Amino acid sequence: MNQQTAQIDAHSAPNHERSPGQPVNHNEDANHALSIRVRDLNLWYGNNQALKNINIDIYQKNVTALIGPSGCGKSTFLRCLNRMNDLIRSVRVQGLVEMDGRDVNDAKMDEVALRRRVGMVFQKPNPFPKSIYENIAYAPRMHDLVSRKAEQDELVEQALRDAGLWNEVKDKLQEPGTSLSGGQQQRLCIARAIAVKPDVILMDEPTSALDPISTATIEDLMDKLKKQFTIITVTHNMQQAARVADYTAFFHLGEMIEYNDTRMMFSNPHTKKAEDYITGRYG
Amino acid sequence: MSQSFDEITAQLKRRHRKSARLKWMSMGALILAATFLVVFIGDMLVKGLPAFQQAQIQVEVSYTEQSMQIPPAAVSDEARSLVSRGYLRLIPGRMRDNPELMGTTRMEWVLADSEVDQYLKGHYTRLSESHKRAVDRLKEAGRAELKFNTRFFTSGDSKMPELAGIASAAVGTVLTLIVTMAVCFPIGVMTAVYLEEFAPDNRLTQIIEININNLAAVPSILFGLLGLAIYINFFGVPRSTPLVGGLTLALMTLPVIIIATRTALRSVPDTIRQAAFGVGCSRWQVVRDHVLPLSLPGIMTGSIIGLAQAMGETAPLIIIGMVAFIPDVSTSFSNAATVMPAQIFTWAGEPERAFTEKTAGGILVLLAVLISLNACAVWMRKKFERRW
Repeated sequence: MNQQTAQIDAHSAPNHERSPGQPVNHNEDANHALSIRVRDLNLWYGNNQALKNINIDIYQKNVTALIGPSGCGKSTFLRCLNRMNDLIRSVRVQGLVEMDGRDVNDAKMDEVALRRRVGMVFQKPNPFPKSIYENIAYAPRMHDLVSRKAEQDELVEQALRDAGLWNEVKDKLQEPGTSLSGGQQQRLCIARAIAVKPDVILMDEPTSALDPISTATIEDLMDKLKKQFTIITVTHNMQQAARVADYTAFFHLGEMIEYNDTRMMFSNPHTKKAEDYITGRYG
Repeated sequence: MSQSFDEITAQLKRRHRKSARLKWMSMGALILAATFLVVFIGDMLVKGLPAFQQAQIQVEVSYTEQSMQIPPAAVSDEARSLVSRGYLRLIPGRMRDNPELMGTTRMEWVLADSEVDQYLKGHYTRLSESHKRAVDRLKEAGRAELKFNTRFFTSGDSKMPELAGIASAAVGTVLTLIVTMAVCFPIGVMTAVYLEEFAPDNRLTQIIEININNLAAVPSILFGLLGLAIYINFFGVPRSTPLVGGLTLALMTLPVIIIATRTALRSVPDTIRQAAFGVGCSRWQVVRDHVLPLSLPGIMTGSIIGLAQAMGETAPLIIIGMVAFIPDVSTSFSNAATVMPAQIFTWAGEPERAFTEKTAGGILVLLAVLISLNACAVWMRKKFERRW
């Protein structure tokens, strides 16, 4: 503890009285309505603790980037937010993940309901092996968001427009989603996620399998989408975090070391470890 | 100190010789296997193709009151021993069905006795010399020839080779396999889906898994004993029927389908499951809408292979009484029936020479059906195979 305090003293002092989970500095341009509140979150794979006492407040309609070296727990943390970790048998989770006043780990919380409000985009584009149209229409139909065919067509078009894909695919909606290029597939997956109108979109290294141009397209898209959705993204690419994120959290060995306004994080990090990572001393 | 190319080449010679030797040995094995296959199929064709032809002779048939009572009287003394006795027995029935025949005499092509058939095909025959001469005379006059044997495909078994056909066995096979598939396809697929997608990974499921794998290797005759003990003796299912045969073969096919389905489910990439969970599918929706459609070609292929295996099975059916003499084509699940391999087995044991070609002919039919089933499986896999 002392060491930590010493580190903090050595760097810039916080600009406000913080409770655990709040960022060191607030992004003055950002929205400060709370979306997800995480308190004392611990997670074990068998006997191996992968997340240690995570406290973080995620704000609505922002892009929050999670950065850190491989194996630091950032993807694991992301998957706690829509309980995708439930699918792994040996996982044990403890602590509070609160959304809309409800604990998502509560026994009464249906993970299907949670995942409707917290969508996800994965590292490798994984469209369903169905037509482009079906990729989008499947989930809204399943959740009874549309009743008529016209409504469904409209929703598909809207989702594809929001994902910036409409002009490229409007003439080939019945072709398989897997026939698109990698970057288009990833935007199709984003369209699929936003089609069910979630509050939060989790992105697990969404551009790591893409070329630089597709990456730039996705980054622009994230910037547009944050007007409607809360976006939490995991990235290995610090420039990307600096470009797209309003807030950045730095994870290391299962702990969240620093949570800060992105500009402050990259210009004047509050902790020594974050500074070392950002300046490329490890990771 | 490095070696020169010449030194290395000298060392390599032995290695090259060894690999050439292995190549020739494996080529030899392939050629040997291919030879066996060619000899087997060739032998079956040579022996079996004559079964698709049957001798008929043209004789005068007189439909009189007398032939109604004593059918052999319908043909002349000379022709009597050349005409199939089985055919003669059918005359009164035909006269009853067609009253206008009464009192007429016609020249008709009638089924010849199997000995005549064998003589015309150039096989060994017990025909006496005078009968042989009579057949020769008929042949010269164009009144004895080999015609396509439709009876082989339309009638059931008979003790007279010229009347015996594979139809009752074929229908029995179809009925039996319908029962087998109806029972083991849904049960097998659902079991595999549960084990693969829903079951927790604990000691119990591991034991179940090991037992299913072992079940696939149990000698098939044991399934016959199980069928006899459980279905016939305990549940009282009528013996020799497609119902009990199908249920017994289902026991045998079940592990094959479970294993094939699990393999197919496992080959669906996890990213598809994650994508489906990610948009808020329940576990059942993930399986029904995404995993099952993708694994269906694999499941179908495995099931057809299992079906083909069940189709060629004889041993368990011996125990439950399906190796039986079934002269009539039955279309009921609860009447006594036989299946194609059992029919072949029965014919192989008949003393008459003419049954040899029936046996081979039956094998040809069975092989043709099996090959088309397997071709169907391959076609289905190719057609529905999708990339993701």
